Amino acid sequence: MISQIGFISLFLGLSFSLLIFLFSLLDVNNNLVRIDKKILKLIFFQFCSVIFAFSFLIFAFLVSDFSNETVYNNSHSTKPLFYKITGVWGNHEGSLLLWLLVLTSFVLFFAIKSKNEPKNFRLHTILFHQIITIGFFIFVLKTSSPFNLIFPVPSEGLGLNPILQDPALGIHPPILYVGYVGTSIVFASALSAMINGYVNNEWAKNLKFWTFLSWIFLTGGILLGSIWAYYELGWGGFWFWDPVENISLMPWLSLTALLHCVVTLEKRNILKNWTIILSLITFMLSITGTFLVRSGILNSVHTFANDPTRGIYILIFLFVLIFISFIIFFLFENKNPEIKKEIFLLSKETSVLINNWFIIYFLTVILVGTIYPIFLDVISSEKISVGPPFYNKLILPFLLPFFLFMSIGPSMQWIKTNFKFKIKYIVYLFLTLAASLITVIFLNEKNILLYILFLALFYLAFKSLENFVIKKSNLAQSFSHLGFAMLMISILVNSFSSTEVIKNLNVGESFNLNNEKIFFKNVTTVKKNNYDSIQGLFEITNNKNETIKLKPEIRIYNQPVIATSEAAIKTTFLKDRFITINLIKDENIFNVRYQNKPFMIWIWISTLIIIFGGVFAIFDKTKKNYI
Amino acid sequence: MCLQYLIKQKKIIFSLILLVILLISFFIFNKALKNENVYFPKLNDNKDYYIEDFSLPELFTNEKLSIKQLLEKKDFSIVNIWASWCVPCEKENSFLISLSNFDNLQIIGVNYKDRNKNAKSFLNKFGNPFNYNLVDANGTTSIILGAYGVPETFLINKNKKILLKIIGPINNNHLNEINSIIKK
Repeated sequence: MISQIGFISLFLGLSFSLLIFLFSLLDVNNNLVRIDKKILKLIFFQFCSVIFAFSFLIFAFLVSDFSNETVYNNSHSTKPLFYKITGVWGNHEGSLLLWLLVLTSFVLFFAIKSKNEPKNFRLHTILFHQIITIGFFIFVLKTSSPFNLIFPVPSEGLGLNPILQDPALGIHPPILYVGYVGTSIVFASALSAMINGYVNNEWAKNLKFWTFLSWIFLTGGILLGSIWAYYELGWGGFWFWDPVENISLMPWLSLTALLHCVVTLEKRNILKNWTIILSLITFMLSITGTFLVRSGILNSVHTFANDPTRGIYILIFLFVLIFISFIIFFLFENKNPEIKKEIFLLSKETSVLINNWFIIYFLTVILVGTIYPIFLDVISSEKISVGPPFYNKLILPFLLPFFLFMSIGPSMQWIKTNFKFKIKYIVYLFLTLAASLITVIFLNEKNILLYILFLALFYLAFKSLENFVIKKSNLAQSFSHLGFAMLMISILVNSFSSTEVIKNLNVGESFNLNNEKIFFKNVTTVKKNNYDSIQGLFEITNNKNETIKLKPEIRIYNQPVIATSEAAIKTTFLKDRFITINLIKDENIFNVRYQNKPFMIWIWISTLIIIFGGVFAIFDKTKKNYI
Repeated sequence: MCLQYLIKQKKIIFSLILLVILLISFFIFNKALKNENVYFPKLNDNKDYYIEDFSLPELFTNEKLSIKQLLEKKDFSIVNIWASWCVPCEKENSFLISLSNFDNLQIIGVNYKDRNKNAKSFLNKFGNPFNYNLVDANGTTSIILGAYGVPETFLINKNKKILLKIIGPINNNHLNEINSIIKK
């Protein structure tokens, strides 16, 4: 019964979409000043019907209604309440419903927020956005309905994959989806602005909000995913260059380039084509990501069940969107001529352009690395794997000039920078030289390139700090750039000075690492509701006889029966101590993996600082521009 | 006028190129979706193939082992490339277990692009037919081996000569073939 109501509700949502599409089309060409009230009402109804369907799916999970196929496949009656709810979007069907929910709530939000925009611009945005929404409605209803029934009704469900039973995973997908789906408004709005000849600084003001909103959530989503991977996958790393990670990084990169362009468009009314193309590309990359993940074309921790019909549907949908946007781009490009303005070498505009080119390069490398294996497989039936060495080789050398430009760029002024020598530059010079030298000596890496890398990063950090603390100007920019510099410094230090020991240990044995003694004290077994746990107790003693206790676990989940190992992590401001244990079959010893990871917490903190920068940008109301 | 015409022409050529690229990528993706992921080896019977030496860490002990030294331990070795995420490997595991009680045969696993933890729980769940399990975390060694995909199985003798190469999961016919080679 629950499932039927949910399905009908979704079907109503699709009908509302079609009506909105039709009415908007009729409303565009009449001479009224305001949008037809009917359309706004329909958008509200459409949102209601999706939220209704979504609530019903949650309800089905809560009461463990196993007549519903999605519930049967992903839940179990003994599962804790929290994971029953997060199980709703821990699978393909439910997560697409969540996607639809975010999609419809965004268009509602847009309709409310854009009251002061020109009527036709609003209508066209809604129109293009509905094309996307209709596409997703049909996709959900036709190929992946979360409301399929099974008969006879099974008495028990199959359970949720244990590695997904985690609080971070509860919020990681929704936040990431808000980021992904937010770009759909950017996309629709770009197409609409092109048709209406509205690509100017006024439009940029509106677009800025949506760009930063998506960017904030996408950054947050990636951060949560990394944190989860760090403590759950038991490798002690936070980025694996896994195809699905790349897929979230690509829209992030193009969004980052886009938000620099949007700001430039807002302040100077230039870089129109850049802004449009990046807006279009960002959403294409989001959909490409959906395609690669949902079609099962890639093998990865994130891949959902294999079903080629889904893949073909998204593929066709993706290409339809690409063609629509290119046709519109070529037809209406003349409507938004680039105003000829001289761009000076020493100016913010130049810096933004350089930034764009670098980001496009990084984007291309990642795109090629992700889809090249698929192409090669089809053309020559040859299997290759693209891993970290490829990305390190192609990306690392270019980080050096990128960081150098990035450290100088933000200090430039709009239009033209008049360079004046000041005493404080010497102070900066010495500060950065010293800080980088200390870091390089600390890392014990005698590499001049690494030194220059740190030089650029520290300069950027100090400069942003100055803007933030002394001038209190442009909070968003200085915050984000400070965060970025800190992030890169932490990642570099972390990757150069992590240490690790892998040993087979018996209870009562110990080993040493970095002047610390790690003692394996005992093992206890604990029975929990949805798993049994084998818990080891390790005592880490340093020179000063201070002791830290770490309790890594092996969990044996009951539904489905899978063993996972939970890392025990002791976080301090200077380093993380990370320990995992594994059972060795038929023997009484444990495989112990102990790692020292310096500056780990700073990777998370600096990403949060980056996100705060974005939040400031949304609330930044300075009206000054340089047109 | 002439300039405008040129610009217009440039635009058309550009969009045509773009169109072609897009169409090609569409068909490639489309084909990739329909691919059955089954590969057939290019067998060349006139030539003998030998396995190249490589060293990888063992899954449980983490000790670095050289394939050459391992192969010299028994008359015949099966090298099986597997992964916990590979669904056919689950079925194949029972075939490998049935092969694990021959005296002159050992089974060496190459764990391809897998998370250590998942690999171990896979073996706990389905049983462990492997005498040794080498971890190929980034998949590069399997490429040196000439692997097309997962699973893949080689039958190799003491002299490192490849006697048999099976692409995809082992079935009953392969089992008979292996039996007849070992009992010769």
